[in-house]
This record gives sequence, structure tokens and C-alpha cells, in this order.
Amino acid sequence: MSVVFWILAVITVLGGLTAVTLKNTVHCALALTVAFAGLALLFLELDAQFAGFAQILVYIGAVAILVVFAILLTRGSETPSEGVFSRTWFAGLLIAAAVFAVLAWAVVNSSAALPHETAAPTVNVQQIGHALMGRYVLPLEIVALLLTAAMLGAVIVAMHEKGEQK
Amino acid sequence: MTPLAGYLLVAALVFAIGLAGALTRRNAILVLIGIELMLNAANLNLVAFWRYGPHPELLTGMMFAVFSIAVAAAEAAVGLGLVIAIYRHARTTDLDEINRMKG
Amino acid sequence: MQEAMQFTPYTVASWIGRMLWLIPALPIVAAGLIALLKQPKRKLASSLAIGSLLVSLLLALAAFGDVVAGWASGHAVRETVNFSWMHFGTTSVDLGWVLDPLSAVMLVMVTFVGLLIFIYSVGYMAHDENYTRFFCFLSLFAGAMLGVVISNSILLLFMCWELVGLTSYLLIGFWYQKPSAAAAAKKAFLTTRVGDIFFLLGIVWLFAQTGTLLFYNQGTGSMEPGALAGMLAAHAGLGLSAATAIGLLIFAGAVGKSGQLPLHVWLPDAMEGPTPVSALIHAATMVAAGVYLVARVYPLMSAGLQPGGTTTSLAVVTWVGAATAVFAALIAVAQNDIKRILAYSTVSQLGYMMAGLGLGGVAVGMFHLITHAFFKALLFMGAGSVIHGCHEEQDVRHMGGLRKWMPLTFATYAVGMLALCGVPIFFSGFWSKDAILESAHGWPSSQVPYFLLVFGAVLTAFYMTRQVSYVFFGQYRGHGHAHESPRVMTMPLAILAFFAMALGILGTPAWPWFRSFLGNRQANFELHAFAEPAWLMLLATSFIIVIVGIGLGWWLYGNKSPNAEEPDALEKAMPSVWRALSNRLYVDEFYGVTVIAFYYWWARVADWLDRRVWGGIVAAITRLFGLLARFDRFFDENWVNGGFDKGCEELAVGGGLLARVQSGRVQTYLRLLALAVVVLAAILIWSSRG
Repeated sequence: MSVVFWILAVITVLGGLTAVTLKNTVHCALALTVAFAGLALLFLELDAQFAGFAQILVYIGAVAILVVFAILLTRGSETPSEGVFSRTWFAGLLIAAAVFAVLAWAVVNSSAALPHETAAPTVNVQQIGHALMGRYVLPLEIVALLLTAAMLGAVIVAMHEKGEQK
Repeated sequence: MTPLAGYLLVAALVFAIGLAGALTRRNAILVLIGIELMLNAANLNLVAFWRYGPHPELLTGMMFAVFSIAVAAAEAAVGLGLVIAIYRHARTTDLDEINRMKG
Repeated sequence: MQEAMQFTPYTVASWIGRMLWLIPALPIVAAGLIALLKQPKRKLASSLAIGSLLVSLLLALAAFGDVVAGWASGHAVRETVNFSWMHFGTTSVDLGWVLDPLSAVMLVMVTFVGLLIFIYSVGYMAHDENYTRFFCFLSLFAGAMLGVVISNSILLLFMCWELVGLTSYLLIGFWYQKPSAAAAAKKAFLTTRVGDIFFLLGIVWLFAQTGTLLFYNQGTGSMEPGALAGMLAAHAGLGLSAATAIGLLIFAGAVGKSGQLPLHVWLPDAMEGPTPVSALIHAATMVAAGVYLVARVYPLMSAGLQPGGTTTSLAVVTWVGAATAVFAALIAVAQNDIKRILAYSTVSQLGYMMAGLGLGGVAVGMFHLITHAFFKALLFMGAGSVIHGCHEEQDVRHMGGLRKWMPLTFATYAVGMLALCGVPIFFSGFWSKDAILESAHGWPSSQVPYFLLVFGAVLTAFYMTRQVSYVFFGQYRGHGHAHESPRVMTMPLAILAFFAMALGILGTPAWPWFRSFLGNRQANFELHAFAEPAWLMLLATSFIIVIVGIGLGWWLYGNKSPNAEEPDALEKAMPSVWRALSNRLYVDEFYGVTVIAFYYWWARVADWLDRRVWGGIVAAITRLFGLLARFDRFFDENWVNGGFDKGCEELAVGGGLLARVQSGRVQTYLRLLALAVVVLAAILIWSSRG
């Protein structure tokens, strides 16, 4: 367990925590971006360079911006009158804690807790390209289709309806 | 603990945090933020298992994570579009108020 | 006196004996057919009635001839045809008919007189609109009466007896729109009913005592020596034997039907019916049924009769008859309605017949019955002719001098009147009444009946003379013109007048054919019987009776024609006696105060019982049911319905509660999902670990 891992872990977790607890929604979106960045760095630490850079490009570059746009379009920047947390927030917290407990218990009691050393894999983009066009060509095409559908759907859903007042 | 366990625990923690946010925040966009966190935590799991699991040369884990990122992006776009549509109709994003499906 | 010869009994049924049932059946069938006709078919109705009775007459003559032939050749004829109608276990209800001298004589009389009256009715009822109904009822009556005559079973006799009573009711109340007629019919029916109840008791007792309903049945019948001996020996309480008791009960039925003293009240009121009805039913036939019944059960009445003595039953019959004779004759003196005088006269003469039966036996009573039938029918029909000729006037004080305008009616009426008075030699009434007086004179128990009957005869002559002088002599006091009746009415009168005179021959002491015929003895022609001192004395007595009666009557009423408003001559002489007599000796009033008042009281008690007690019980039960129903409804509405409704409400509430799970909020659903995942994961991990 290297120091880098711990630092990156802390950044990610803190970023996530802040993302869900802040009152100002825009600050939440920015914190989310930090969390995304932390995760991207963790990917890099795990020698998954492609995944890390893809994470940076897509998540930070698109999703986070999208979230900020949505916040601004829905007046989410104003502080709500009754508080940011739901009336029954405690139940939700409890359930989330239960989920974490189960997952942690699973991890701790599994074989992953046993010491196990593996060599770092060397991955280059050419291999990834081959894999995408070879083994994973079907998922690729499907994802392409999915993205098209999602784009069309998003446009239709968010479009102004006929006769509706602005 | 092993590195894998560490990563897995971190992923679990981020997942729980994301779930807590999705379950407790009033604003619909915050719920989507929570969902993004959950998806990311899952991605971290996948990559961690790829790195410390057997046959990393097959690239399975990383490819899975990449595809997950792509799908998550599409899903975020659609979801935010839905939130905007609901906002247009209900004039609010407060999830406690939106209960038209109430039984 | 002749010796009673022993006849050999002759019970094999000849052709007519077997066909005897046709005689009553034909008129009844005719009545049924007439009932199906429409009103305007008058000729057909009367033709059916007269035709059927004519055939019955011919058959009756055949039967009579058969019996006479048997009698002449030395047999005592008694042909019976019996059959069993119903079985109850070992006992059976038997019916049957009998042909013997008694029934043969009665058959001929009933059919002959009936036929003449039917023919008379064609003229009398010509203007009546219910002509067909009249002949239907007349036919029915004729059939029923003939049934009574031929019956060998006391049950069949009773059935026909009741039928006769029914037709009498229907005919008395023929003009039912008149309230007095309807009341009279009801009175007749109810009064005879009283007698009939005792009759029925007698029948039941007779059946219980002898075990058979038949009179004559090859030695086992109730009128045959074996049964009679048994009844004599059985005791019935009050010191009477069963024979006496049963005989008295049966006599009670005759008392009702024949209008004897306590139950005579219906007969004068029965004059509300048309005159042919009065002639046929209340003079000649139905009222004679009572006398016929006593004659039929005479063996029972006279069971244990010793020569020189009498039985209790016969004594009762005699006393009742004698009392009735005098009682009714007294009342007849003070009546002003032409038919009412004749009605009371009938009651009186029936008393004579009963007395004759009690004093002298079957032949004496029956002879007077036969002769009376003829001359009383004649008198009634003559009265009908008078009423018809005086335009429906019935009060004698508004008639008078009619012998000038209605000579034929007068002549025949005079014959009838003289026969009734018992004018000697030429009129049959004398011979029959004389026989009764002779028996009364020779009665060992007492001479009082004799004196009563003599007094009654004087009164008879008196009131008949009064009536005839009022109607046929003096001045006509009515309105309009009186006219003679048509031939169809006067012809029967003439025929009856002939027989009223001629029948006397059959009963003279010189040739007592009737008595011998009925008594199954040989009749010898002995002229020297006329010379017997006892008989000559009787002849003298009769002469005196007639002279006194007619003379007194003529002296008081003669050719004088007092106005209707003037009091009667006798009334002037004895006003209080007259008042009592003209009010019919207050018998009806007496009944009204005692019997009828009691009956009304009893009816009120029964009404109270019915309305308060039984009605109260019913009302209480109804209320109870109402309460039960209300409780049931309460139970149903509140507990059953309410319970069900409450259940449904709770179900709805429960549903409402469950619906809360569907909050419509996304985060709730999400939480539930996460919870489910946690649980599932825990289970999976746990199971994979273990």
C-alpha cells in the first residue's frame, strides 16, 4: 500500500463526501469533478492508462459540464427553503451504511484479503485497438448504437414541447 | 491488507457515499451525481480486479470499464435531459414534491 | 174381522222389482236436463217434466199391478233389491229398494197426484218468467220423494229425505226476491233440520244396534223379527228399551217433516211458495213423508205390542198427533188468508194421520194419507184457481160470490171441502176419518184422544164452512172481474174431485180392501159389516159432527158478506179467544223469545270468543312475528350488513395503509431497492461462506 494510493484514496473519498453534502449544488458539481479526477489518477496508478485518460476526457470533460449545465438550467444554484436533505434522510443514510457494511464484510472475508502479488501488465494502445476491433467489436457497435439513441433521446426529452409556455 | 483489498474498500466507500447521496438529497441532480459516483466506484472495482486478477493481458477489466464510462456518459445525458423536462413541468427539482406516482 | 191368513213370503224380484229404481231416476234425470236448458225453452221443460213423471206413473202402476197380482194369488209380496255402496273394513254401507204393498200404494199416489199438479202448473205458472226453473225443481222434488218411498235402506231414505227438504226450500223460496218468501224458505229448512238431527241420531243408533241399514234383507234387516227382538231387549236408560228410544228419535224426524206440534211453525209460512208447490209438497206428498216414515218403521214402533195394549212409541205418536189435530184446527178458525186456512188444515189432518198410525196401525193412517192427498191437493189447486181468477188476491174477506163466476172451481172445491169435513158415505174423507175415530174409540190406553179428534172434526167442518162461505157465497168484495181458470187448470181439479169421492170404496168395513192389502190379509166382501152396532154408532157420531160443524159455520157466516174492515162474527162473540187464535196461539213468538233469543245470545258468545280469544291469540302471534321480523331486520342490518360493511371499510383502510408504500417519490423506491440488494447480498455471502 503505497503512499500515493492513500493520498489518492483520501482525495477521492473527500471529493465524494463533499459532493453529496454541500448545500450549494454547483459546489457539489465541482466537488464531483475532484472525485472524478481522483479516480482517474487511481486508474493511472493501476496501470490502466487508457481507462484513466478516458475517464478524464469523458467524465470530467463531458459529464461534469453536463451536470453543471443542468444545475444552472433548473435553478439549482438557489438554496432550497427547507434544507437540502430529505425529511427522512436518516433512513437513507442507514441503508447506505448497511450497503457499505456488507460490501466491506465481503471484501474482508474474501480471498482478496489474502496476500497476492502480480506483475504489472504492460498495455499499449495498439493492443487496445486490436482488442476493440477484434474481440470487443460487438460491444463497440452496440455502444455506438446506444450513444446515438441516447443522443436522440436526450434531445427529444429536453426539447420544448409544442404550445408549452416557456 | 493487500492492495486489491484496499482498492476494493475504497470503491465500496465511494459506492456507499454515492448511494447515501442518492438516497438522502432532495435535489434530483444530486441524485444523479450520486449515481455517477456509484458508477465510478464500480469502474474502480473492475480495473482493480483487472490489475490484480488472473490474465490481465486479456484486457477484459479495462475494456469493461471503458465501455462503462461510455454508457455512463450517455446515461448522464439522458438523465439530465429528463430532470430538465421534469423541472419544466413541475417547476421544481425537489424530489419530495414530485409524487404524482403516489399510490 | 177377518182372520190374518199366513202368506208365504215372496221375495224373488220380478222385472219391475229390479227396474223399480227407474221410477225416481227418471224425474231426477229430467230435472238435470231441464237445468241445462235456457230460460225461454218453456215447452220443452214442462214436456220433459210431465213426460218423465208420466213414465214413472206407468211404471208405478206396473209395480202396483205386480203386487196386487201377488196379493190376489195369496202371497205376501216384498221384493227387495239390495246392494252394497261402500265397504269399511268388515262393515258395509248398504242401499236398496223394496216393493211391497205400502210402497206400491204410495208410488201410485205420488206419481198420479204429482202428474196432475204438474199439468196444473203449466197453466198456473204460464205468466211467470222462471217457468223452466220451476219445472226443474218440481221434477227434482218428484224424484226425491219417490226415492223416499221405494227406499229399503234407512240411509238412502235419509238422503232422499234431505233432498226433499232441499227442494222444498228451493220451491218455497221460488220467488226469492220477496223477503218474506226467502225467510219462509229458511224457516222451513231450519225447523225440519231440528227434526232431522234427531232422525239422524236414530239412524246411527239403529245401525249400531242392529248392524244393518236395510229394512228387509232376508231375515237380517232391521225391521225383521230378529233385529226387533234384539232392540226390545236392549236397555236405553230412563226405563226405555232401545226399540222405543230409536223409534222416538225417528218419530222426531217425522215431527219436523210432517209439521207436528212443536215443529209445525214452518208449514203456514211455506204458503209463500206458488200454489202448485203448496198443493204438491205441503199437502199431498212431502208432509206425508213423515207419516210414511212412521209407517215404514212401524214394526219397530210396535215391537212388543200386546193385544189390548200399546207401546210407548205408539202412545207418543198418538198423543202428539191428537194434540196437533186440535191445536191446528183451532188456529185455522181465525185465519183470513185462503191458503193459510188450508195450511193449518193440513197440519191438523197430519195430526189425524199420526194419531191413526198410533191408534189403528199402518193401514188406518195410510188410508187417511191417501185420501187426504187427493182432496187436499184438490183444495189447494182450487184455491190457486180462485187466486188466479181474483187477480192474485189471497184474503178471503176480499172474495165472495165466486160460485157464479167460477162454477167448475166451485163444484170441485165443494167436493174437496165435503171430503175434508168427512161428510158421510159419498166422500172418501169420511171413510178414512171414520176408521181413525173407530180406532181411537177402541184404544185401550185412554179415550181422551177420541174426544180430541171428535172436537177437531167439528172444528174442521166449522172452519171449512167459514172459508167456503167467505169465498164462494155472498157478494164479491174484491176489485175488478173474477174469471174462471183455463181448462189446463180445471181438468186436474175434476179428476181429483172424482177420486176424492171414489177412493172411499177401498176402505169401507164391508170390503176393507186397503186394510187387507196393506196387512197382507185376504179381503172379503161382507155387507153385513154395515150392520154392526159399533159402526152404526160411529156413523151417527160422524153425522152429528158434520151437522154441528157445518150448521154452526153457516149460521155465523152463511150468505152474509161482511166487509174486510168489520170484525169477524166469531170475533164479536169471543174477542180474546179470537185474538189468541188469529195470532196462531203465539207459538212463533214463544220460539222467538226462547229458542231464537238463546241462539242469538249463543252467537254473541261465539263471536266474542272468536274475536277476542282466538282473534286475540292470532293477533298476539302476529305481533310476536312482527317483533321477530323487526329483530331479524335489526340483526341483518346492523350485525350482518354492518359487520360486512365494517370489514370492507377496514379492508379499504388496510389498502390505504399499504398504498402508502407507493409514495410516488423516487428516493423511497430507491431505498427499498438498496435494502433488498443488501439483504440479498448478505444471504449470498453468508451461504457462500458456509
